[in-house]
Amino acid sequence: MFPREFEYVAPSSLDEALGTLASNPGAKVMSGGMSLIPMMKLRLFSPELVVDIARIGGLDGIEDRGDHIAIGALVRHETTAASPLVQQHAAALASAAAWTGDRQVRARGTTCGALAHADIAADQPAAALALGATMVAASSGGTRDIAAADFFVDTLTSALEPNEILTEVRIPKSSGSAYDKLGRRGGHTDYAVAGAAAAVTMSDGTVSSAGVALTGVGTKPTIAAGSVEAIVGTDGSAEAIAGAVARATEGVTVLEDLYGSAEYKAHLAGVYVGRALEQAIAATG
Amino acid sequence: MQVSMTVNGQAVSGDVDPRTLLVHYLREDLRLTGTHVGCETSYCGACTVIVDGKAVKSCTMLTAQAEGAEITTIEGLAENGDLHPVQEGFWERHGLQCGFCTPGMILSAVTLLDENADPSEDEIRLGIEGNLCRCTGYHNIVKAIEYAGAKLRGEEPAPAEWEVNA
Repeated sequence: MFPREFEYVAPSSLDEALGTLASNPGAKVMSGGMSLIPMMKLRLFSPELVVDIARIGGLDGIEDRGDHIAIGALVRHETTAASPLVQQHAAALASAAAWTGDRQVRARGTTCGALAHADIAADQPAAALALGATMVAASSGGTRDIAAADFFVDTLTSALEPNEILTEVRIPKSSGSAYDKLGRRGGHTDYAVAGAAAAVTMSDGTVSSAGVALTGVGTKPTIAAGSVEAIVGTDGSAEAIAGAVARATEGVTVLEDLYGSAEYKAHLAGVYVGRALEQAIAATG
Repeated sequence: MQVSMTVNGQAVSGDVDPRTLLVHYLREDLRLTGTHVGCETSYCGACTVIVDGKAVKSCTMLTAQAEGAEITTIEGLAENGDLHPVQEGFWERHGLQCGFCTPGMILSAVTLLDENADPSEDEIRLGIEGNLCRCTGYHNIVKAIEYAGAKLRGEEPAPAEWEVNA
């Protein structure tokens, strides 16, 4: 099983890559290839030109930028998962990266690649949504920032234009965030049957702001607006969390798939919103 | 397109289509057929090889992406006819039945022990989550990796269960 024929280039600079994308509408960006290559082998997708960005320098760092951390386009899942910066300031993302794919996949695939791929059941998009991340998209015309809430448009569809590269994701520092899921192969292994990420800020014993996001339940990773509304302004107690759990799928499209009925997925969404919030709130203490 | 890399310590180069997957280059061009093609969807791990020190799935990597890389396949593991400790572990602890998953399983285990010299049973089981075995139920594979870990640490491996329970 192998892909349809395509042309391949591996530019050594970002400008060269962006120029190639600008002049080739049928081109597709590849970093690790852990999602793109299987899709090309199954012939679900057959780009005319693959632009491999893996040889561009300067995109493989995780930086402390004061109020946020920045993760470059080529930072692999295993690096995100093991980063002390990410573990300390974006624990939800560290867990999500640690539970992405398997060990071999985490050695090749990238955090930004998983975000750009926008799989309905991927882990890191939920963490990015809950943490209020900002995506930095570059094209030959310049760069623009896209809020995570506007980034995940639909199934396998992000707000990136075909001529853009997600060069960096910026994560506001959070002392209280967590992610948990049920993997398709049990435990945390494989894509999420359902999962949830939460990030909370506590001020004087009150949840002053929160982000809660779901993955695996519908057509895209999505904010659980009902849960956010329910938890903000409370004391973060078990009772308050139960209120957020009850509203986990409010306004969210929940669909049946091979891994469970809509009813089961909605139930799991609540379970994992509860667990993520509980861990996130505990982490702020 | 022209590619060149180092495979099992030997410099190799060739002319491949951009769509040539690394597993096919290794098996068909270099005739290193110890790397197996299993599920082809990057689940099963039978195609696992070591690229620049990391276990990766060679059915989900273009040959072009391996340009300049150092690759180890199962054929490159033994030195001067002496089995690598992980290979020895699979032999001594019956870590295989049909053997189809074994090359990938062994190469995964080699990198697992590189990263964590003394893994717990849980860490071993998680460490081989990317390699499926349909025969053994994994029990003896875990024992084989424990055996290899002990050998690599210079310790005496625990006796085989069938000797203890005899």
